[in-house]
Amino acid sequence: MTDLAWIDTTLAAARPRALGALLRYFRNLDTAEEAFQEACLRALRSWPDKGPPRDPVAWLILVGRNSGIDAVRRGARLEALPDEDLISDTGDAESDMADRLDGSHYRDDILRLMFICCHPDLPATQQIALALRIVSGLSVQQIARAFLVGDSAMEQRITRAKARVARAGVAFETPGVAERAERLSRVTTMIYLVFNEGYSQSDPKRDACAFADEAIRLARLLLGIFPSEPEIMGLLALMLLQLSRRAARFDAEGQIVLLEDQDRSRWNREAINEALALIEKAIRHRQPGPYQIQAAIAALHARAIRAEDTDWTQIELLYRTLEHVQPSPVVTLNRAVAVAKRSGPAEALEMVEQLVGALDGYFYFHGLRGNLLMQLGRNHEARTAFGRAIALAQSPAEAAHIRLQLDRLKADAETSLG
Amino acid sequence: MLYAILCYANEETVFAWSKDEEEAVMARLVTVQEPYARAGKLGPVGRLMPTTTATTVRKGKDEALVIDGPFAETKEALLGFYTIDCDTLEEAVAFCKQLSAVNPGSSSYEIRPFYVFRPGDLAT
Repeated sequence: MTDLAWIDTTLAAARPRALGALLRYFRNLDTAEEAFQEACLRALRSWPDKGPPRDPVAWLILVGRNSGIDAVRRGARLEALPDEDLISDTGDAESDMADRLDGSHYRDDILRLMFICCHPDLPATQQIALALRIVSGLSVQQIARAFLVGDSAMEQRITRAKARVARAGVAFETPGVAERAERLSRVTTMIYLVFNEGYSQSDPKRDACAFADEAIRLARLLLGIFPSEPEIMGLLALMLLQLSRRAARFDAEGQIVLLEDQDRSRWNREAINEALALIEKAIRHRQPGPYQIQAAIAALHARAIRAEDTDWTQIELLYRTLEHVQPSPVVTLNRAVAVAKRSGPAEALEMVEQLVGALDGYFYFHGLRGNLLMQLGRNHEARTAFGRAIALAQSPAEAAHIRLQLDRLKADAETSLG
Repeated sequence: MLYAILCYANEETVFAWSKDEEEAVMARLVTVQEPYARAGKLGPVGRLMPTTTATTVRKGKDEALVIDGPFAETKEALLGFYTIDCDTLEEAVAFCKQLSAVNPGSSSYEIRPFYVFRPGDLAT
């Protein structure tokens, strides 16, 4: 790797810590981002000659802080004077050293930086865009390409979201235990949103696919600063397990390959092993939560060498636990899949029929219902259900998958006639 | 003389590598290892999983304490290492607790799952 590539990677990796600390000093996101930007430019000028500093994050904070102070002072001639404590808060190099040694600051700095991206008024896509821009440091162009919108449209969207965040105000005092737990929970949800935006892409060449890796990086960062939070372990494990199947999820034409039909030799064993190690750590805490339970379900799939080895009884039990912790008709629908595998389609269909009120507009509901009816030989009803599913499909891959099942029905009908 | 070589790096940077960068680095490392492996000089080479998978067993007042995360003290030095094949994390923790109980000099044992990069072929 060339020096410049190494510097780029180091700057990207240092961003959340350094920017988080600068945000704490300046209490203004724009000033903090400009200061970080300036520090990066100076790093690109000075590191190739002088060599990289021993602690790049501390270097960037110190340089960013000094350049930010200069900028604030220059601006002060034109604008109102900054707060007294903003100036006095800028201290000397000694306190920087102290900060550097104090890991607990970093912890809340990074959490705060992630947390401001999860404002409840922001729709999911804006939370994702904001997190990728602010925390991960992706360019507006990169994000725009991933969301298939123009650069200026994305620029506007991010600017509006930032203004919304600024109006809401950011809590800079060190959060209490309850507040920190609340922030963590919102941040883990946001990270999973980022992941799903990437993971749901069927085209491996789409830029958004990289979001899934970025979400894993953010979760590792978060777990690094909160090492004893079993739900973060669960979230990271869940994402690693889902992503471990990336190479096997779609065929050459971009069609969905169902879990049971996937070539399991193409699953990423390194990711699976890391996830299993994390789940084992999480279980020791005996505080099950939705991410841990979902990760445990995904782990049972990962452990089955062949689809027919899957422990559906255990999976059904875990979905039952999940229903208890986080009741939702979608979870029940998933439990019905396990019931169908364990006890046959009739019992599962009975469960599914009770969900019609809640899930009538949901693609997977009609897809599963059609499949169960087909297994029971109720082909006419199955066809109607598949028709509903196709109408609700969100992607060509989803629609194509249902068409495949309709074709199977048609073939069956022809065989029985012939 | 047998030498243990312990690799230190900035984890966040290494995990920010792209797949291509990662593969290029690994290929270069293998090239360096190759002549030593051919001469039968190279023992097992492992790649540790991220520190987020680490668990630390620390000497407590009565029984050893189990703590999430890597060993973080800088005053203590790394004095030894084991590799062991356990079915569960629980089993590895139990092993470390036994070590801790019989070794008055021990302070902490960090448990890190790892991938075998190369099984190695030392005679002794």
